[in-house]
Amino acid sequence: MNSVIFNDFVIRFANVNGTGSASANDMFSKAVFRMGIPVSAKNIFPSNIQGLPTWFELRVNEHGYLGRREGIDIMVAVNPQSLKEDIESVRAGGYFIYDNTKNLHPEFHKEDIHFIGVPMMQLCMDHFSEPRQQQLFKNMVYIGALIELLNIEPEVVHDIIRHQFRKNEKLVPPNFLALDLGRNYVKEHYECPLPLRLERRDKVGDQIMIDGNTATGLGALYGGASVVAWYPITPSTSVAKAFETYAKRYRKDPDTGKLSYAIVQAEDELAAIGMVIGAAWNGARAFTATSGPGVSLMSEFLGLAYYAEIPAVLVNVQRGGPSTGMPTRTQQADILSSAYASHGDTKHVLLFPSTPAECFEMAADALDLADHLQTPVIVMTDLDLGMNFHLSPPLKWDDKRKYKRGKVYSAAELDSMQKYGRYLDVDDDGICYRTIPGTHPTKGAFTTRGTSRDEYARYTEDAAMYARSIDRLAKKWKTAAGLVPKPEVYQKKNQSSTGLICFGTSQYAAMEALELLEKQGVKIDSLRVRAFPFNDTVADFIESHEQVFVVEQNRDKQFRSLLVNELEVHPKKLIPVLNYDGMPITADSILNQILEKTNGTALTA
Amino acid sequence: MSFIKPNFRHPALPKNQVGYTKADYEGAISTLCAGCGHDSITAAIVQACFEIDLEPHKLAKISGIGCSSKTPAYFLRNSHGFNSVHGRMPSVTTGAYLANRDLIYLGVSGDGDTASIGMGQFVHAVRRNLNMVYIVMNNGCYGLTKGQDSATADTGSINKEGGVNQFAGIDLCSLAIELGATFVGRSFSGDKHQLVPLIKAAMAHPGFAFLDVLSPCVTFNNNKGSTKSYDYVREHIEATSELDFVPHRDEITINYQEGKSVLAPLHDGSLLHLHKLAPGWDPTERKSVISLIQTSRTNGEIPTGLLYLDTHTRDLHEVMGTVKEPLNALTEKELCPGAGVLKEINDSFR
Repeated sequence: MNSVIFNDFVIRFANVNGTGSASANDMFSKAVFRMGIPVSAKNIFPSNIQGLPTWFELRVNEHGYLGRREGIDIMVAVNPQSLKEDIESVRAGGYFIYDNTKNLHPEFHKEDIHFIGVPMMQLCMDHFSEPRQQQLFKNMVYIGALIELLNIEPEVVHDIIRHQFRKNEKLVPPNFLALDLGRNYVKEHYECPLPLRLERRDKVGDQIMIDGNTATGLGALYGGASVVAWYPITPSTSVAKAFETYAKRYRKDPDTGKLSYAIVQAEDELAAIGMVIGAAWNGARAFTATSGPGVSLMSEFLGLAYYAEIPAVLVNVQRGGPSTGMPTRTQQADILSSAYASHGDTKHVLLFPSTPAECFEMAADALDLADHLQTPVIVMTDLDLGMNFHLSPPLKWDDKRKYKRGKVYSAAELDSMQKYGRYLDVDDDGICYRTIPGTHPTKGAFTTRGTSRDEYARYTEDAAMYARSIDRLAKKWKTAAGLVPKPEVYQKKNQSSTGLICFGTSQYAAMEALELLEKQGVKIDSLRVRAFPFNDTVADFIESHEQVFVVEQNRDKQFRSLLVNELEVHPKKLIPVLNYDGMPITADSILNQILEKTNGTALTA
Repeated sequence: MSFIKPNFRHPALPKNQVGYTKADYEGAISTLCAGCGHDSITAAIVQACFEIDLEPHKLAKISGIGCSSKTPAYFLRNSHGFNSVHGRMPSVTTGAYLANRDLIYLGVSGDGDTASIGMGQFVHAVRRNLNMVYIVMNNGCYGLTKGQDSATADTGSINKEGGVNQFAGIDLCSLAIELGATFVGRSFSGDKHQLVPLIKAAMAHPGFAFLDVLSPCVTFNNNKGSTKSYDYVREHIEATSELDFVPHRDEITINYQEGKSVLAPLHDGSLLHLHKLAPGWDPTERKSVISLIQTSRTNGEIPTGLLYLDTHTRDLHEVMGTVKEPLNALTEKELCPGAGVLKEINDSFR
């Protein structure tokens, strides 16, 4: 155990919700990141504002494996409520750092882990007078202790503190003092640093540390959304908030103070999507963000937008279902309810980002695609991606990029034609030309409706006409398959008869699992789906492998069902690899399921 | 089926100041029952739009589901229409209005569409003072599904099958006033003389303009004992005022009577002249309006006309501080902060 391990551990902070620990924990992760070491964070928080236990888990890995990993190497426990559970979750040989202002009850003692007591509260009471300060600086005391125990460069932490309090500089010295209290105490009482430690690397390149929801909000801002309607729901709320924060900065006329966006907190999710549809029908780019329960509520409207052919962008930050489920835990369990939201023959375009950079890109792309296809586009993220800080490629924007507003007739174009028909398939791709209200005094007006209609948007109950329009929507769906983001294929050509398909945040653990397998001499081909409808590459990948593992985070193998249903694949060919306990899927879990489902034998090198 | 009317027009039809004949404001032939009150409201909308010299494409008509919500197909064929989903017209209109503040939004709804399934969206549109005209074609029943009582049916009203309504009817005008609506009127589909100027005034009002129009259902709720039948409504309506709508360019030649007249300038320069008939009522005093409605109700009377008006109003775009230009006209230049800014944003996450 005494051999030194650099930059490879899982550290968990056990805090009480609402005690200011989040900013200290963010400081810690930022310090690791700024030392050039890849790191990813998971907030494990209760559906509560103040008082309940909350955990913050970081995986530090210089090889860049940043999916969740089971087992805690270092626990920083500052919550007496969860002490027993916290001690039990530390791996044998791991470290348990705790506040020993009060002695740990002997029943908590455990032989196979190291206990490192730091009198955090006592040190704060000795040096700070106000109770609120004592509470807040306790967090800085443990950060100080970690500086010495884990070999963090103190100047990196100092810089972060200076930057954080740049507008209130008098807070810098007491924060430094609290850090020193922790540092000095552990230096005096323990051998520092621990064998499990950090060391500067140059492994993060130009990457950034950002949460997916912020990236999504920014993507919508860059993509030209000007109307946003939303209803608060965990874990999607910060998407709208991020949009607003940056819009206030970058969409405000410096002279008049007027805003080039409108954001409405709607009365419910139904109204939110209704506003998006109304705005998009009227020619503005609009979006809403919600989670599973919101998608259920929005279903009727999504069907209207599908059938009446109105662009709409919806971000679904998935959480644990069913019903209210686990609002503060992650899942990929709204695949079917989103893909087929609403009654009748209805289906929707889905995009599956797996990094914040992709959240940004796909939020902007969704606005283009919705306009182009005149249909709802749902960006399927999840709580893990949306609310946790991830190491991500930087967000990219090309200033030459123009918004693709799709097929919209101008007044001049209307003037040049004999007769306008809203649902005439002029280009034979299933996508018709729309007009925006107010365009022309006498041409191009029509009534948009959710009822059956003819090519001129007139109500009809004619059987052949109805079938024709429903078939055209199917044709449009085929066109969509060629327009949506293509899957990422991880090998130039097949190297195995076995394949693996994943999407969204399952990517992190799936890629790590495949590398672990490769170390055992087993190579499996892999593909990450980025959109629905599936394009031919996905079908070919399944076709060209004997068996394909489908990794997803729900109980009912929803993504697998979608593949079977849409690509007419034999179900036996698709082997489910699942995780649905609300925590992000791990590489070990994927690896074990693959080995188990093949009896460990089918996969020989 | 919607039938299309022939486009032939008699060359001598009078034209308004923007060059349109009244027929230009019509739509497809109605498929509602002969004698339906809704068709009279449709005719009043056509008349009002013709008289205010509306350019048809400067208006968008939006509805929910129900008999009433079908009517946008029957007027203003040169305006875009949106027959959306049941009870959700207000949210669609809100979005449309946010996208383009320069159009007039005419929302058409029914008593089921508004007072039951759409109540939530209705009250929030009022609360936001959404700049729109909201017309409820109120017949106290569900026509398309064959005559069930709606939430505006009065207690004790008898339906066609002889059922007596046991529940309190929701008074949409009182509710709208309570919630802060800035223009509230009630009328009767059969009173074109009153309804046309009300619609014109509502369109000129810069905020939420609500019109509850009693519109008897000839097929399912026109029987003896119904309080929404033609006979009952005719017998019980009491006009609170005579209303003149004076467009901004016309000379004002009204007969102003101290104590009896209310003059209200609207923000586009038009003028409303109300000649009060009801005693003790002041249309600019919320309390007196509520009192009038409640007293009339007790007496079995239905007060009609412009009931409440507040011209000191800020519409939603004003409250939100958005740019003058419609949001749907903005381009990359105004909307996209650009790659340079994104570089700074990236740096803030390092």
